[in-house]
This record gives sequence, structure tokens and C-alpha cells, in this order.
Amino acid sequence: MTLIRVENLVKTFSVAERRAGLWGAVKGLAYRRHRVVRALDGISFTIETGELVGYIGPNGAGKSTTVKALSGILVPDSGRCEVLGRTPWKDRIANARDIGVVFGQRTQLWWDLPAIESFDLLRDIYRVPKTDYVATRDELIERLDLRSFLDVPVRQLSLGQRMRCDLAASLLHRPRVLYLDEPTIGLDAVSKLAVRDFVRSMNRQRQITVILTTHDMDDIEALCNRVMVINEGRILSDGTLDDLRKTVTTERWLTVDMLDGAEQVSDPDAEVISHDGARITLRFDPDHVSAAALISRITAKYPVRDLFVENPPIEQIVARIYAELKL
Amino acid sequence: MRGYWAIFSARCRTLLQYRAAALAGLGTQIFWGWVRVMVFYAFYQSSSAVQPMTLEQVVSYIWLGQATLLILLYGVDTDVVAMIRSGTVAYEMLRPMDVYSLWYARAVALRTAPVLMRAVPMFILAGLFFGLQPPASLAAGCLWAVSTVVSVLLASALGTLMTVTMLWTIAGDGIMRLVYSATFIFSGSIIPLPMFPSWMQPLLNFLPFRGMADVPFRLYTGNIPPSAGAIAIAHQLAWTLVLIICGRWLLARGTRRLVVQGG
Amino acid sequence: MADSIRLYFRYFGVSVRGQMQYRASFLMTSFGTFMITGIEFLAIWALFARFGSLRGWTLPEVALFYGLIHVPFGLSECFARGFDLFPGLLKRGEFDRVLVRPRSTFLQILGADVRLGQLGRFLQGLVVLLWAATALNVTWTLPRMALVLGCVTGGICLFCGLRVIEATIAFWSTESLELMNCLTYGGVETAQQPLTIYRPWFRRLFTFIVPLACINYFPAHAILGRPDALGTPAALHWVSPIVGFLFLLLTIEVWRFGVRYYTSTGS
Repeated sequence: MTLIRVENLVKTFSVAERRAGLWGAVKGLAYRRHRVVRALDGISFTIETGELVGYIGPNGAGKSTTVKALSGILVPDSGRCEVLGRTPWKDRIANARDIGVVFGQRTQLWWDLPAIESFDLLRDIYRVPKTDYVATRDELIERLDLRSFLDVPVRQLSLGQRMRCDLAASLLHRPRVLYLDEPTIGLDAVSKLAVRDFVRSMNRQRQITVILTTHDMDDIEALCNRVMVINEGRILSDGTLDDLRKTVTTERWLTVDMLDGAEQVSDPDAEVISHDGARITLRFDPDHVSAAALISRITAKYPVRDLFVENPPIEQIVARIYAELKL
Repeated sequence: MRGYWAIFSARCRTLLQYRAAALAGLGTQIFWGWVRVMVFYAFYQSSSAVQPMTLEQVVSYIWLGQATLLILLYGVDTDVVAMIRSGTVAYEMLRPMDVYSLWYARAVALRTAPVLMRAVPMFILAGLFFGLQPPASLAAGCLWAVSTVVSVLLASALGTLMTVTMLWTIAGDGIMRLVYSATFIFSGSIIPLPMFPSWMQPLLNFLPFRGMADVPFRLYTGNIPPSAGAIAIAHQLAWTLVLIICGRWLLARGTRRLVVQGG
Repeated sequence: MADSIRLYFRYFGVSVRGQMQYRASFLMTSFGTFMITGIEFLAIWALFARFGSLRGWTLPEVALFYGLIHVPFGLSECFARGFDLFPGLLKRGEFDRVLVRPRSTFLQILGADVRLGQLGRFLQGLVVLLWAATALNVTWTLPRMALVLGCVTGGICLFCGLRVIEATIAFWSTESLELMNCLTYGGVETAQQPLTIYRPWFRRLFTFIVPLACINYFPAHAILGRPDALGTPAALHWVSPIVGFLFLLLTIEVWRFGVRYYTSTGS
């Protein structure tokens, strides 16, 4: 069932320009120049219930503008948008009851109070019935392992602890949709895994639809079966992670660990891209030569101790996409 | 020295960005001054007894106060306080510049650029329309100019001292508010100091606060005659020195404390 | 509606508990506020000591005006602080968080902060008002006391409304307009003296545009049992505090307009 439908959203902003220097500042007292920015230039997509969608793009591409329109914070210039059958900016309050938002950099918890009190306050804000609230809250506390620091004022929590509390806070009212904006930024490895685990289980078991904007490609790889790439207000790509990879390249990488570090490796169908001590990485096109054939050739010619085949890291893929976009 | 100038001009540039505030502030102050003047008009009409200042002197005093109010208005340096609260003040301490002088330079900048921007139009308008008289004499005018410059130094010293005390109190705007209120009252910004009862005058004459407003204004109006000018300015300078010394000493102790406690 | 009031008191509790953690600062701030606002009345007293009267008004009468303005203003400084903090909230980008919640923005901003430290101003206003009540030659009938309560309530609404307008301006200008400061604090400075000492256009400003006269000047005449030298009808004196409430309703509409502007132009 279609949960979110976006058709041709357009949004422009007018940005004031600053002038440099002391004299420029005095001139700025009299008049200001403005520049028009097209943040959204006809965005369209649909999202079904239970999807976990990644939304990526360079800075300033329009990711947060899209999320703002979907959460009812921003009124677009033109286009249609339906979340759970409602237009978010027209039915702000009704829409707000069914969504949860986590901003990675800013917490929604009250700074001087323990997290548990923030939860209680949110319960009143969202008008969650008592029994539902207690059940949901306790379940979230269990899942995210919050019990040990629930009584500590939020300002004293570590980033990882705070993020877990923020995740719990965003789900106390059992929203149908969850918008996550950079949820793992600045977190340590353990916390990142915990967050990803949690989001995945919420999506699978509770059918919560998730839209994830992030720069961390590990998040995308771990969680998303669908990725949308946006740049300069337009959606460039919308499909699975493999589809995305293939738009850039079909190449694959073969990494071999040599018995003797000084050995060089070469093959007519493969190109060496890195040689780090005893580890050599080659790239090849599977349409030209199959992985199996390449492996048998190389292991026959050279003393190989260990090897593995992988796709180029999604980081690289996306970096290449972004680099092409800048041109 | 160039470092301090850079900070000074950067601050001025930032302050000039806020144009709406710049324009509206003038209107506010004219409003305030006007209300005060009207109240005094009404009081002077209610009694024919001789007062320590004439109505004309009081009116000039009030407008001078409005023109240079911003010297007093800034208490602690809010940016520095934010730095202290977040702990990034440690970076300030690591810079190859004397921290006290850094903060002092900022304080002086805060009290110079905005004041000039406000004072010039205020002088013109108050002089033309609202009853601000010219200085009582050339000597009075010169003394007033010198005294005003010193009042900026004095107010900056107090402001920096208050900023330094913020190294101790975490949420503390408590002490600051107390000192702030004392500054306002005892500088003559509510009513001219001579209008307070005579038994309060010795105390008011001793405290540093009069040096921030009352002294220059009374030099201007001639209420303090030019012959007593040198002593008045010396009073300002003496307190400035005292506050700077206190500020530096307190900052040194505060720095040690921060280092020991690890911020 | 009851639900919103409940939520406001929840916010209230949260703010208070947050501040109680810094107990020393709270006491110092309350004391400081008491002093700084109290000193204004001291200045008035000093001037009365020198001049004897203010165009026919005595010190106890002026104290009545003073108290009737500072009590509601002090209370509004405690309870409507959320709007004072709004420009900072907006600058930090936290208004989005407010919009994402299923409650009225007005209620959320109002509840964002309660500054009990400002009780100092309320207390000194109350002290002055009580002193005026005893020093004046007035019989305190029930209607008169109810009128005082009405003034305080209407006054709280009015000052709240002024704060709302000041906050709403933040949607357009990153620096809050000092003009509002001028009308609020300047207005208090003005209204703490009887309006008769001011020029006509000034009086009209504070009767019709920022109707402070409706919460202290006019009702004071009903309390003192005096006819207004400016010629307003006696009946008006008893009902004028309601204007404060109407003013607040008007400002809420202005706020809504500001929110609509924000959502159509983004942050």
C-alpha cells in the first residue's frame, strides 16, 4: 500500500548575499542583494508501507528540504504530496501524530532533565494513552538497553547514549513513518551497530516505514534495499543498491595476499589499483573475464596465500557519482 | 597589537550586520529619554524649591545618558560566557595572546562601535529637537570628551571582570544581575545622582559606577565645574586600574582552576 | 482546552525542576531582580522627597499606578519567557522540532521556559501595591479588589501579547526589533506614572495601540473613586482590563501568520 506519494514538488528559496569587508558591511545597511536557489526542482516518488529507503546526495542537494516538506514543516511552491492520505503542511498536527523524526545533530530531549522525564513529557505532548505508553516505553528501553542511564540528565550522556534515547523518544507514540536524519553521525562503532540493528528490527517487525538521509554509506549498505540519489533538487537515481552501483561501474575488485611482499602481479584483463605491503588489489570487468577465470590464472602464476572478491565500496561509488555531478 | 585591532574590527563588522537593530535602537532610546524628560518636566512643575540641578541640566544629562547608554548596557560578554559554558574557553587559553587583554579588547570594541553609531544621530536629534544643550563651556566640553573615553575603559574593565567571574558560576547570571543593577542605579542612569537624597551622596561619590555615566555628564553640564574636573577623572582612572587588576588576578586564578579541574 | 492547560503545567514543572538544580543562582537572580526593579521605586521616592508632588498626584497614588503595572509585568516575565527565548530557538533551528509535534506552536513556545527568578519584579511590585493600598484613603470593597485582580489578569495577557509580537518578528528579522522592547519596557516606564503628565499623542499611544492605560490608569480611577481628568466615562474604568485579553487574542493571530510565513519560506 502506498504510504507516501510525492508528485513534482518544487521549492525555491531566496538567499541574501553578504558583502565582504568593513565598507561592504556599511553598504549592507542600505540594501541587500538576493539570489534564487531551486532547492526542489520537480521531485516525484512513492514509498510503500514497510520500506526502508536511503536518501543520499551532496550537501545542499535538497535532502532536508524534501524531509521538511514530508513532515509538514515546509510548504512547497507547487506539486502534490500525500503522507498517509494527508497533505503534511495542510494537516500539520494530524500528520505529526503519525510521524517520528530524529535529527542526528540536535536532540529532542530536554537538556537538564533525565531522559525518562523527557519521555513522560512527550507522552503528554503526543497524548499517548497510559497503558500503551508504558508498554511501548518499556519495550523500547529494553531493546535499546537504556535502563542504566535513564536517570541521568541528558546533558551528561555520551553521544551514543543520547542517540539511543532520541530513537526511543521518536517512537513512543508508535508512528507509522520514521524520518532519520544522520542518526549515526559521530557515534562509536558499537553504538552505530546498535542503532542500525534497532532500526532494522523496527522496520521488519513493526512495519515502520523508514526514510534515512545520511552520508554514512555503511548505514545505507546495512539497512537499505532502496536508495534514492538527489542532486540540485532532482532525483537522479531510484532503485536498489546494486542498481546504483551499476550506474557507475560494473567492475569488481580482487584482492590477493602474496606470500612474498615484493612480488608484482599483472594480468591482461585486470588493472592493479593498490599495492600495500603484501596485499595487492586489482580491478576487473566481469563482462570481460569471469572472476573464476581470473582467480585461476593468477593463482597459477603467482604464490598467493589468500584472496577475496568484492564490489567496490559503496563509498567509492557514491564519491564518483558526486564528483561527476560537480562537473 | 595588530591582533587586537583585527578582533576589534571583526567585532565592529559583525555588529554592523544587524541593520534592523541599529535603526530601531535609536528610536527606542529617543523614546526612553523622552519619557524620562516628561516625568522630570512634571516634577519640576510641581515645586519651586531649588534643586541640585536645573531642569535644563537634567534634560541634557538624560540625553547624554541615552546617547552613551550602550557603554553600560553590555554586561558580560555573552560569546565568552557561551564559550565558558561549553568548555571551548580552553582554546582561548591556548592562543598566543594574553587572554585578559583579548577579552578586554572585545569589551572595548563592544562599547565603541555601537556607541558611536548611536551617539552621533542621538546628539543631532536631541540637540535639535529634544532640549540637549551645548556644553557649559569649552573646558567643560573637553573634560567631558576625555571623561567619556575613560568611562569606556572603566565600563570595559567592569564588564571583563564580570565575564571572568563567570568562570566560577555555571548557570550563574545571579551575581552578574546584581552588579548589573548596581551599575545602572549608581551610575545615574535611572535618575541623576545629585537628585538622590543628600545622605547618599558620599556613598555615590565613592563607588566606581558614577565614573561610567554621571561624571562625564556632569562635567558636560557644568554641574561639576572644570576646576574639579581633574579629580573626577582621576577617580575614574583609579577605579579602572583597580578593576583591571582584579580582573587579571581573578583570571589567573580561574585559569589555574580550569587547568586543575580539566575544564 | 483542559488538556492544553495540563500540558502547560507539565512544561512549568519541567522548567522549574531544571532551574532548581542551580539553586544558588536562582536565589541570587530573584534577589537581584527584586533589587533592580525595586530601585526604580526608590528613585521615584527620592524625587518625591525633593519635589513633594507630581502635578497633583501624591506618592501613594503613584505607587498604585506603579504596583498595578509591575505586578502583571513581573508575572508575565516569569510565565511568558518562552517567547523571549524564541528568537534563539529559531536561530538554532529548533523550531522545526516544534512543528513536528502534534500540538499548537503557541502552547509549546509558551511552555518552553518559566523563569521563576523573575518573581523578584513581581514581589517588589506587590510590596509597592500593598503599601499603596494601606497608605491610600480608599475603602477596599469587594468590587475594588476584584478590579485589581482583573487588572493583573488583563495585564498578564497584555504583556504576554507584546512578547508574542516581539517573538513573531523573529520570523522576519534575525535580530529582534528593539522597537518592541521600547514599547514593552518603555511602556512600563511610562505607565508607572499617571498618564496626565504626558503629551496627548503619547497618551493615545498607550491607550489605543499598546493599551497599558486600560490595565492601570483607567482602573485606578475606579479604585480611587476619582473622575478622570481626561474625561473618560466612569463605567469604562471598571471594564477596561478586558482589553488586555482581547489584545492577546489579536497577537495570537499575528503569531499564526508568522508561522505560516516560516513554513512557506523555510529556515
